[in-house]
Amino acid sequence: MTRDAGRRFVSAVFVIACGLAVLLALVPLALVLFFVVSQGVQALNIGFFTQMPRPVGETGGGMLNALVGTLVLTGLAATIAIPIGVISGVYMSEYKGTRLATATRFAADTLNGVPSIVIGIFAYAVAVLPFRQFSAMAGGLALGVMMIPIIARTTEELLLLVPGALREGALALGATRARAVFTVILPAALPGIITGVVLALARVAGETAPLLFTAFNNRFFSTDLRQPIASMTVQIFTYAISPYEDWHRQAWAGALVLVTFVLVCSLVTRVVTARVQRLRG
Amino acid sequence: MNPPQVSRLTPAVRDPGPGPGTPTSPPKIDVQQLSFFYGATRALQEITLQIHPNVVTAFIGPSGCGKSTFLRTLNRMNDIIPGTRVDGRALIDGEDIYASGVDVVQLRRRVGMVFQKSNPFPKSIFENVAYGLRINAMARNRSELAGRVEESLKQAALWTEVKDRLHTSALSLSGGQQQRLCIARALAIKPDVLLMDEPASALDPIATQRIEELVYSLKSSYTVVIVTHNMQQAARVSDRTAFFWLGRLIEYDRTDRIFTAPAEKLTEDYVTGRFG
Repeated sequence: MTRDAGRRFVSAVFVIACGLAVLLALVPLALVLFFVVSQGVQALNIGFFTQMPRPVGETGGGMLNALVGTLVLTGLAATIAIPIGVISGVYMSEYKGTRLATATRFAADTLNGVPSIVIGIFAYAVAVLPFRQFSAMAGGLALGVMMIPIIARTTEELLLLVPGALREGALALGATRARAVFTVILPAALPGIITGVVLALARVAGETAPLLFTAFNNRFFSTDLRQPIASMTVQIFTYAISPYEDWHRQAWAGALVLVTFVLVCSLVTRVVTARVQRLRG
Repeated sequence: MNPPQVSRLTPAVRDPGPGPGTPTSPPKIDVQQLSFFYGATRALQEITLQIHPNVVTAFIGPSGCGKSTFLRTLNRMNDIIPGTRVDGRALIDGEDIYASGVDVVQLRRRVGMVFQKSNPFPKSIFENVAYGLRINAMARNRSELAGRVEESLKQAALWTEVKDRLHTSALSLSGGQQQRLCIARALAIKPDVLLMDEPASALDPIATQRIEELVYSLKSSYTVVIVTHNMQQAARVSDRTAFFWLGRLIEYDRTDRIFTAPAEKLTEDYVTGRFG
């Protein structure tokens, strides 16, 4: 009897401890969402999406330039990172075990762990200094470099999951190895790869540090790749450290838009992958 | 109980000769002293046999006897397994497929293959059959492509079941339908030889029967080689049977003789179910 009671007591303690740990883990997330939503909603209106920033002292205005800037920067990053990432992923899965593949995997993992500010310094050195000019190009390069390892590793892992029978089926029909990879194996893994790309995009869309001295910032509307460009994150940073009430509210609104974007990205990919898995039965 | 030892090293090959209805035609496939190695392990020992056109040849034998490995040497499918090696010769239409300079892609276009587990691509039914035609540029335009797809699906006895949903996913088909789709896919590029590696082993009896009827109907236009672990199936569909044991060809003869009056004791023990 007593041993049984002791066992139940220990069990109860652990259940409660687990519950508390889960609560503790969820509290920061809940608080972040609560503050961003409650503060952001007040400042969010149509004008935020359609208007340019107003001069200091005037209330109102929006972040049109930063919204477009973030789209341009992530678009550039995707253009750079998707081909390089997917093709190196294909290489790592097709030639797994070779020295170059092992080295590439190691390089990708290392790059993935490099602090984003360091990636920014790299882009500054290769794309800002030579031209003596901050530019959207340099910002896109920095974000692209951050996306490459994520996409490469996702692609590699998903390609390795494609059943070998599909490859044999394609080869038996007279496909060359490259043909089999690009017409059967890669398409079979495509939904997962797209998920990886979207998540990588969501990740870099929220980066500030690599943009500080590459894309810099721009008070004006610009889509010129050779000129500095605004971005949501840098704009939020600038507004948040400013002394103006109105800018603080706009920073909250910007934060809400960013968080929503990331949330929508992961939701969409979840729905898409779930549907694809259902289709495959 | 251990199976009895082979009485001699050379197999009891009573060359069954050309098939019925095709007198004096030369062998389609002529294998001479072919050995196959996985690393240092010899999986096939000096196989010599001739396979004739327009007959169905069955390979039987217990698991691990090398029958599938041998089948896969005939379209060089084993090439993709690292550390394997082939000795000897395998002639198809008089040309050694292991000679240097042979284009493996060309070979596999002529020697089609259907696998044990159906492996349709995650594409539509139509695209599965069109795949080989597309990559080999075998159709000049859309209507020709559609015509070839329809023809192949009819040949594989699948057309009536799928003609109204050609553009739905091939993975929505049943197991038996998927396997017939894979057969249609292989037939679409008009191979001379069709290799089938236990094509019905994962199917229910009704689906199996449909595949068997299909195999029987294909022999008028193709050289069909089928691996099976089901002896009734070999007896039902094949004209010639080769019995493999421990990487060796033990006996090769007309199917009726293999099952009623085999020359080797080992063959008799196997086909009567005493081991295997």
